[in-house]
This record gives sequence, C-alpha cells and structure tokens, in this order.
Amino acid sequence: MVATDIQNAKLVYERPESLADVATHYCPGCTHGTAHRLVAEVLDEMGIREHSIGVASVGCSVFSYNYFDMDFVQAAHGRAPAMATGVKRVFPDRTVFTYQGDGDLASIGMAEIMHAAARGENITVIFINNAIYGMTGGQMAPTTLPGMKTTSSPRGRDVETQGYPIRMSEILATLDGVSYVVRRSLHNPAEIRKSKKAIRYAFETQQRGLGFSMVELLSSCPTNWGMTPLDSLTFIEDKMVPAFPLGDYKVIDAVKSMKWKEG
Amino acid sequence: MAKELLKGNVAMAEAAVRAGCEAYFGYPITPQTELLEHMAARMPELGRAFVQAESEVAAINMVYGAACTGKRVMTTSSSPGVSLMMEGISYIAGTEVPMVLIDVMRGGPGLGNIAPAQGDYTQMVHGGGHGDYKTIVLAPASVQEAIDLTALAFDLADKYRAIVVVLADGSLGQMMEPAELPEMQPLKKQLPDWAITGEPGRDRRLLTSIYLQPEDEETTNIRLQRRWMEIEANEVRYQEYFLDDAEIVLVGFGTAGRVALSAIRHARAEGIKVGLFRPVSLSPFPAEALRLVARKAKAMLVVEMNAGQMLNDVRLVTQGACPVDFYGRMGGVVPLPDEILSEIMRLARFTPHDLNGHTRAAWLDRLEVVRGAK
Repeated sequence: MVATDIQNAKLVYERPESLADVATHYCPGCTHGTAHRLVAEVLDEMGIREHSIGVASVGCSVFSYNYFDMDFVQAAHGRAPAMATGVKRVFPDRTVFTYQGDGDLASIGMAEIMHAAARGENITVIFINNAIYGMTGGQMAPTTLPGMKTTSSPRGRDVETQGYPIRMSEILATLDGVSYVVRRSLHNPAEIRKSKKAIRYAFETQQRGLGFSMVELLSSCPTNWGMTPLDSLTFIEDKMVPAFPLGDYKVIDAVKSMKWKEG
Repeated sequence: MAKELLKGNVAMAEAAVRAGCEAYFGYPITPQTELLEHMAARMPELGRAFVQAESEVAAINMVYGAACTGKRVMTTSSSPGVSLMMEGISYIAGTEVPMVLIDVMRGGPGLGNIAPAQGDYTQMVHGGGHGDYKTIVLAPASVQEAIDLTALAFDLADKYRAIVVVLADGSLGQMMEPAELPEMQPLKKQLPDWAITGEPGRDRRLLTSIYLQPEDEETTNIRLQRRWMEIEANEVRYQEYFLDDAEIVLVGFGTAGRVALSAIRHARAEGIKVGLFRPVSLSPFPAEALRLVARKAKAMLVVEMNAGQMLNDVRLVTQGACPVDFYGRMGGVVPLPDEILSEIMRLARFTPHDLNGHTRAAWLDRLEVVRGAK
C-alpha cells in the first residue's frame, strides 16, 4: 500500500534546478545555504537560470559557483560589481548578479559597489551581512556591531579606535542610480519568505532594465560568533536587527508597480 | 587607406576600434587621456561598451569580466595607473583570458610627472602582480608601429589567451606623425568554447583563478609555462639597423631606440661602425638574436629612459660575449641624440674589454657631467 501512496503523492518541495546537486562547505547553522536556495528558487521561478551569469566574490561565498548551476566567473576581493559591469556591458540581455559578503562589499569593495550603484548598472547584488569575516576566521568587519568581540577586536569593537558599522542599504539608497535596495533577514521563516520576495523584486528589476538592485540579507555565522545555530538566529533578531533595521530603503515607482505571475 | 597626420594616443585608440575591440574600460591619466577620450566618443557610436571606471582597480576588473566573455577588450593607462592594475592583471593571467593593455609610460617612481619614461619595463616584462605569469609586451617606436602593434596585440591575445601589453611612452602618445590606419575589421562572430556567455542548452561554464588544491594550481602553472614557451618560440620580434659591419651595437626599445638611431646616423656620417638592435617584443625577449649580435660586437651600449631595467636582461642574455655599457635618462628626461652620440664616440675611442661591474656607477658619474654642463 505504501507504493500506491507514493504514486499519488504530490511533490511540494525539491532542489531548485539552479542549485547544483552537491553538498556545500558552509558550517552547520550558517544561513548562506538559505540565501543560496532563495536565489536559486527565484531564478527557477523566473525561468532565467540558463540566461544568468553569476559573479562570485571572495569570502565564505568564494565557492558559490560550485553551488549555483549556471555560468559563473570568480572576482577578486571586492571587485565583483566591477567584474559584473564588464560582463553586463558586453551581454546586456543576460541576468548578471553578484553574491558578496560584508567584508567584500563594504570594506575592500566600497568603491566598486558605490560606483556600480551610482552608474545604475543593471545588475543585482545579493549582499550577505553577518557582521564578521568568516573565511579568514572571524575578524572585525565593516558591519561588526559596537562592542562585538572578534579575533581582531578581542576586547570588543571599540568605536573610539575602530569606528562604527556601515549601513550599506541606507547609503546606497541616496544614489540616483539605485532602483531597488532593501534589507531583509534570514533569522526566521517569516523573514525568509520576505527575503525571497525581495530577491524576486531585485531580479525582476533587472529583467525590466530598471537599473541597480540590491538585497541585503542579515545572516548568521555561528562558528565565528561562537554560538549555537539557534543562539545565532536569536542574536540576529536581538542585536543585528536593531543596528541594521529591516525595510525598503529605496524602491522606485516603476519597481513598485511591477506585476508578475506567481509560478 | 592613405596616410594621415595622427596623434599617437588617438591612433592607438582607433587601431583598437578597427581591430574589433568590443569593450573598453579606463580611467583618466596623463599622458594617455586622449586614448580614453577617443574611445568615449567612438565606442558608443558603434554600439560597443565604454565605461569610465571609478579607478584603475575597477577598470581592470571590468576588463576581467568582459574578457571572460571571450570578446575583444582593452584598457589603457599610464605608469601609476598600471601599478594599480597589477592585482587584476594577475587574476586575468591566472584565469587565462585574453586582454589588451596600452601603457603610455610616464616619469616615476611615485606620482612622478607626465613626461615620457620607460620605468615600467620591469613591472610589465617581469611581472608586477603576484605569481608566475608572463605577459606579451610589445614596444613601438613610431605612431605607425603603435598602430600595427595594437592590432597585433588583439590577435596574439586571442591566440594564446594572453595579456598583451603595448608599452608606449608619453612622447609616442603625444606626438603626431603621418601614419596609416588599417581597415575596420568585422567583430568576432564565434566566441571560444570557454567563454562565459549565459548561453542556454549547454553545460555551465566557470572561469576562475582559484585552485584550492596545490596540485591543481600547479597544473595550471605548468599549462601557463608551456604556453609561454610556445609564445617564446613563435612571437619574438625585433628590428636591426646598420648591424652588418657594426663594431659597436646600441640596444634600445621604443623612444630610446628611436633617439639612438638618430645618434647612430650621425656617428655613421663620422665613419663610426655602429648599429642598433631594437627589441620590439620585450617579452618574449629576443634573446637568441641578441646573443648572435653580441658575439660579433666589440661592445654594446644599452640606452633606456630608466636606470637600466632592460640592461639586466641584455647582460643575462649576452653572458659576457662582449662588454655591455649603459646610458640612460630617468624621471621623464628624454636623452638627446647628442648625448648618445658622445657615448658612441667614447666607446669608439676606447672600447672596453671589461666593465668590472661598475657600469651603473660610471654611468651616473657621466650623467652628472652631462647635467652639470647645462
């Protein structure tokens, strides 16, 4: 009777085509996997996987090209928006996106992200903000919270000598070239659903040629935060969300009025 | 096409356009700015990509992205800007994608000045970026040659998936000479089988310079080295002038070689048997040809607009077959034919058997005299 049940069963959840059938190297509890899946689901739903070109950055997501099933190039640290510009200008009809962490985007790559946004490059940026350098083992990032302990701020980030975190979505929202910039979080199912919707908006923005789009995703790093996966999600909610408020920082009217068939 | 009076920078830019360059990314820097300006006007009117980047760092990374699509792509800069591009150059070399860079060299180190110099020889010929990679470096000595080598650069880049540098200097960039531009070439129709194109219906492609397993990275390095040997075997270029009976041989590239040739013509009129060996491909270096010349020469004089960056290579190649002396000007000073002529006269009067390793010290002493005389 079991076999009959399976035959009649309806498949409700499967690996997106845009996600390669391999295990990731991400640590248990890290939300990179969630972010990857959301991007992959959106590309599948829009039917643009094979027309997409990804630009991997440097950091934990350096190997993201192993996990997305589409053409990919690997950028130098911080330079993904410049490299994406090069690809997009040659192939304007392809979907080009970068996937960058906070050290990559908001520290070493500050000039490249600002100017790609200011030019209104018709690309999509997925910005993973987990307030720490993951791959190099937990150093202070440009988004590390005041007082937060890292291996390079062992007594906690001292704002007197180490300055304050940078809020990229707010900064980018001031630029005329930006069409869509929002901050979402990956710390619970409701926020994850909102994140996916934002990612869809970002890619739809690019598909319609409306200009620069970015989704900032508050993300966890249990390993380098020294927390359990569960505690790290609580940390996002309790500590990161107040410092990096969730919301829509810039959505131009043409993006607001976009319509598409859910499928 | 008929000859027309062309400025070096504009000529190189138009040569790139006609060679089928489909994307250009650059940042303003003197003395190459007219090159960027020409591309700013020409590329959009042809429906090709032009972006004035926020920095040379961004420009070379835009080139990196565009080069990954397999289309013809170029950036241009001058010495301090090229220093900033070294990161991207190493990545592009490690990813094995083709690109063309025109470096219109200026005085240095540091911010230096905007006068012509050849201080980028070492950083272009012997690397500059990290890791074992080589770039093809071509050094023009006239506007016509700058046009021809720019066109050649795109062909070589495609053929070997290589970075090809046209190493010019401020005087070549700024001077006007009669020259002939080539016909407009059609754009590349077929993209290579490694190109990132986002094309449906085939397996995904990846272009990267990261190989986490050292053995894999070594495999890549071996491939780069093998390819370089093929380039060394096939792409050596040089010019010889008055070498048939020459006892004194001058060695100089680009503008320094051109000024040396003027001095040589004067010296020939005085009956001095002197000739010029002008490397056109600085990398691969014309080692074998220069070695043969050295065996027949009584002495060599390397002339450069730097402190003897190529001198080291000439010594390495000639291996003591003849004494190798040096004369150079630095910091943006272009040597006058008269200065080189007096160097030729000196060697004609007294041909050294051995320079005892004091070549540079002796040159600096003579240079002080030349400077003091003004």
